Amino acid sequence: MERIPILQMGDFLLVTIQVDMHDQLALTLQDDLSERISRTSARGVLIDISALDMVDSFIGRMIGTISGLSKIMDAQTVLVGMQPAVAITLVELGLTLPGVSTALNVERGMKLLQERVREQ
Amino acid sequence: MAALQSTTLDAMKKNSAQLLAQWTNDLETSGATRNLKVQDLQQQTSQFLELIISGLQSGNTQNIAAPGWDDIRQFLEKLSHSRALLGHDSQQTASFIFALKGPLFALLQNHYQDSPALLAEQLLEVSELLDALGLHTIRTFQKSREAVIKRQQEELLELSTPVVKLWDGVLALPMIGTLDSQRTQVVMESLLQRIVDTGSEIAIIDITGVPTVDTLVAQHLLKTVTAIRLMGADCIISGVRPQIAQTIVHLGLDLQGVVTKANLADALKLALTRLGMTISKAV
Repeated sequence: MERIPILQMGDFLLVTIQVDMHDQLALTLQDDLSERISRTSARGVLIDISALDMVDSFIGRMIGTISGLSKIMDAQTVLVGMQPAVAITLVELGLTLPGVSTALNVERGMKLLQERVREQ
Repeated sequence: MAALQSTTLDAMKKNSAQLLAQWTNDLETSGATRNLKVQDLQQQTSQFLELIISGLQSGNTQNIAAPGWDDIRQFLEKLSHSRALLGHDSQQTASFIFALKGPLFALLQNHYQDSPALLAEQLLEVSELLDALGLHTIRTFQKSREAVIKRQQEELLELSTPVVKLWDGVLALPMIGTLDSQRTQVVMESLLQRIVDTGSEIAIIDITGVPTVDTLVAQHLLKTVTAIRLMGADCIISGVRPQIAQTIVHLGLDLQGVVTKANLADALKLALTRLGMTISKAV
């Protein structure tokens, strides 16, 4: 079955979405990620959606849910590389993802994550 | 309704040169020929007269939408379009046709001197035909003008959203004019694209040139700010004038979590501080 890979980098987990998200894939990712966070007790999660150029309301909500659940499991979450079209779509759908940290690219996202973890 | 008599048509054909001369003369005295070249006018008037005679020969005088009138309608559409480009108003354009009434009526009066009943009937017929043609001209004239206005609006829309780079990592967007949803869309798209292209962390939206902020405009601004935040950049709104600040408070608008500054200089200063830069005077 198709899966989105979750890579471990020290204390952080790296999720890069390189394919078009469909509903089942998003649900699988949600399960996998929560499982991995609890297994590795990761301190931070970085979700890269720079290759995602189309979202619908379900995927938009899933992005929010995934960010929210890793936060609850005490891992700082940063969403990076959102495309302009995706951002506009989410805003028009009213999914403003409150409380989710964002960054322009992976490099800046990593820096932000390290700062957040150090602050704690 | 009675149809146009063939004798009327014959009279028009026979005296077309005289009609043409009088018509041109009338046009000149009424001032409808302003900015027009003499040979252009001559060509247009004679062509129109030819077309109207050929149209009348097709036999259908009641309905100018009939196929027999295709040529003349096309001619009038071209004419009114060129008049719109020359900057003539609708009155000047329409009087091109209505000025033909005088000479034509005089001709008919002369022709039907002996039978007043027939004269009245024919006058009504010709008058209605010319009115229909005139209205058609005005309608197309209006359409051409509207097309010009629409094109200008689109150009304005594209011109009015320049995204400028203030510093390495700082973009600014000076907004001028009213914010409607169409403009917000264009603004959002160009700003977000520039953020991606330049990798800028901070975007400043300057609303000094926005005349009023109501709930709708505020909603559009919030949308833009949220989209920028989702992309991973920060947004500062600057240029909040005292009256606008008062309006926002009176309307009870909630600019939750949006950083606002009174002017662009303050916003730039804040942006530089966030980037970890300081400006100092050279001694």
